[in-house]
Amino acid sequence: MNSRMTKGAPGFSHWWAQRVSAVALIPLSLWFAASLIAHAGADRAAIKLWMSSPLSAVLMLLTLGATLYHGVLGLEEVIVDYVHGTGCRIASIIFVRLAGAALAAMSLYAVLRLALGA
Amino acid sequence: MTSAKRPLSPHLQIYRWQITSVLSILHRLTGVFLTLGAAGLVLWLFAAATGGQAFDCVQALLGSWPGKLLPLAWTFALFYHLANGIRHLAWDAGFGFDLVSTEMTGWLVVIAAFGLTALAWVCAGVRI
Repeated sequence: MNSRMTKGAPGFSHWWAQRVSAVALIPLSLWFAASLIAHAGADRAAIKLWMSSPLSAVLMLLTLGATLYHGVLGLEEVIVDYVHGTGCRIASIIFVRLAGAALAAMSLYAVLRLALGA
Repeated sequence: MTSAKRPLSPHLQIYRWQITSVLSILHRLTGVFLTLGAAGLVLWLFAAATGGQAFDCVQALLGSWPGKLLPLAWTFALFYHLANGIRHLAWDAGFGFDLVSTEMTGWLVVIAAFGLTALAWVCAGVRI
């Protein structure tokens, strides 16, 4: 990666982060889809059992983290293209970022409690 | 500021439909829809972790007939966005950006999205 590319173009790091998270999400989303199929109709106890496996819990956190990150980047792109008023655009971007952070914190709490809780 | 005079995104109401543009718009729509799904998924896991009534409520909703439409739509959106995302990454890497290839891979993405959605629901249905 040419460092001048990132320093010279402000949009480049956003573009690059979107691609990196996209690549990560190829195997993660396939794992996620296969796991949900395997747990179709699962009750709370079955979900706890699923998340009590260290590999499943870590993969779930990676999936949720990468998804929320990729989603925030994507929504920002949509907002920049379609929300024209500057104030409204800034407010939308702040909302999307804060909502993403809140959801990330909630998923961390949820997965840890399911994985480690009694 | 004169920036308001610059051309913005395409005016969709005067744009001629073609597979490439439809799939491009669908990539964005499914992306937004999947982000809402991710928020829903976090709430579902949070309800499962904190337990009791909230989770029963969500499960009852998803178990109902209209409640099943949403996961079905999310499944399709996921596989569509995944397949078309791989197509986008290939373009970024410099492959398949000519007109013939973009149309061919576009139809491939549509077939893959419907096929994988059907496969996932058949597999999930067998286990219920």
